[in-house]
Amino acid sequence: MDFVLFSTLNGIIYGLLLFMVSAGLTLIFGMMGIVNFAHASFYMLGAYIAYSLAKLIGFWPAILLAPLLVGLIGVAIERGMLRRVHKHGHAHELLLTFGLAYVFEETVKMLYGNYAVPYSIPADLRFPAFTLSGADYPFYRVFIGLTALVMFALLFWLLRRTRVGIIVRAAVRRPEMVGALGHDVPKVFMGVFGIGAWLAGLAGAISGAFFTTSPNMALELGIIVFVVVVVGGLGSLEGALVASLLIGLLTSFAAGADVALADLGGLVGLGPAMKAIGGIFTVKLATIAASVPILVMLVVLLLRPSGLMGDKT
Amino acid sequence: MLLAVEGLHAHYQKSHVLDGVDLTVERGEIVALLGRNGSGRSTLLKAIMGLVVPSAGAVRLGGRDLAGLPAHRIARAGLAYVPEERLVFDNLSVEENLATGQQAGVADAPRWTLDEMYEFFPRLRERRDTKAGYLSGGEQQMLTICRSLLGNPRLIMIDEPTEGLAPKIVEAVTAVIRDIQRRGVGVLLVEQKMTIALKVAERVLIMGRGQIVFEGTPEALRDQPEMRRAWLEVG
Ligand SMILES: Nc1ncnc2c1ncn2[C@@H]1O[C@H](COP(=O)(O)OP(=O)(O)OP(=O)(O)O)[C@@H](O)[C@H]1O
Ligand SMILES: [Mg+2]
Repeated sequence: MDFVLFSTLNGIIYGLLLFMVSAGLTLIFGMMGIVNFAHASFYMLGAYIAYSLAKLIGFWPAILLAPLLVGLIGVAIERGMLRRVHKHGHAHELLLTFGLAYVFEETVKMLYGNYAVPYSIPADLRFPAFTLSGADYPFYRVFIGLTALVMFALLFWLLRRTRVGIIVRAAVRRPEMVGALGHDVPKVFMGVFGIGAWLAGLAGAISGAFFTTSPNMALELGIIVFVVVVVGGLGSLEGALVASLLIGLLTSFAAGADVALADLGGLVGLGPAMKAIGGIFTVKLATIAASVPILVMLVVLLLRPSGLMGDKT
Repeated sequence: MLLAVEGLHAHYQKSHVLDGVDLTVERGEIVALLGRNGSGRSTLLKAIMGLVVPSAGAVRLGGRDLAGLPAHRIARAGLAYVPEERLVFDNLSVEENLATGQQAGVADAPRWTLDEMYEFFPRLRERRDTKAGYLSGGEQQMLTICRSLLGNPRLIMIDEPTEGLAPKIVEAVTAVIRDIQRRGVGVLLVEQKMTIALKVAERVLIMGRGQIVFEGTPEALRDQPEMRRAWLEVG
């Protein structure tokens, strides 16, 4: 029972964190149609910059300032690079941003070394939020989840209820017409890109201190965030939230489950047969937890090619 | 002089669509632009608006040359454009569509409010929360005219607003175009239906082979059947 409870909680928090990183990509790739393979690099940069700043200006100022810097880096990339190759199509964007992701990773390795840095939350934040059947649940995990929820509400309100949001949604559909109505569309897109980078940076700055801040954190998340955006349905924030939670929960349960497919097969009487075949059937679920997102994507793409929540700009 | 287009040229790749267009529109004047299908009328509006980049020539609004500027700067200078394809934002509600058009506008231009738009076309008020993608063709036309008008332009260019509309709606739309003009906005109207063009316009232009081949009053055009035969009628 405790396993279910804690896996659920951890899965939700991890899912919310995934959402915070993918939300930006939903705007950038899902809505604006810009392929940005370096999106998860913003997440990594957020963590590293916050780590460095925290030593200088303290933890809280660092996790506020680091995402802003990441947002500016995003704006510079959109304006200086992506905008130039956008007209040549997705292949160019993919190659460019793939290169950027590589450059960011190598730069981080050069400056901070190949292994994780000791970025951690201040001692006064290490207290339990509540106690469940004798075990403490850390406050900071809850804080990560709440931040993500606030960001979801903020983005939703911005896109649906404000004039800026209306113009963004119009510009996604018919950029030329929006220009003819007097709006500077490239600037609008640059702003949206910056907000997306800022969000990923925020996720990194906050969660890097709790999980690990290491040079491969971008690569680990790089594919998953695309999975979230595609599974959720291009351009749908709600979809991204649902897909994030789904993947978060599944990953969390798989990672904690000490069972193999054959054991599950045993429930329907296939156990011995599956054990005899061996191979994938006897592999513990925990060892394939990392591929859960990809499996989810395959299933969703086969059953619902437009994603869980279709196209809703 | 409100708008003066001088020697405007435009190309699509190799094809030379505008071959030195000259025209003027005054404050509070409706000028109708006629011509056969494919004669380049829509291209002319797009080139004025900056949606097609002119290859030569000038577009002066209140004396200032706008040719070559991006569309949003031209719009902010006081030009509005209602495209032939209407191009409503089908993912936004009617009221959100109208919001995209709202701009401060230039100092000396007439001002318009959302309520005035709803008085022009009460149907839009009824459907304010409907996604524009669900509107009929006539309602979409009303919406795009109002959307552009809310930018408080000095001059509005409207491309074939009555195309495919029922007679009743054609009447409502032309009445609004007249109101726009009465408030002092210049109107450059591309119109396929000659009867409407001759009824609302003070001056008529005909486009042929990428140039203006006729300019005169509706009466003058009525008196010149050979002009109509050469540049307008089919077959
Ligand atoms: N995007 C484009 N690319 C290439 N050629 C184009 C393009 N748009 C229009 N043309 C061509 O330019 C010429 C002028 O087209 P335009 O749309 O300006 O004509 P029009 O007078 O508005 O006619 P209509 O609205 O009745 O089609 C036509 O020969 C058309 O085929
Ligand atoms: Mg046309």
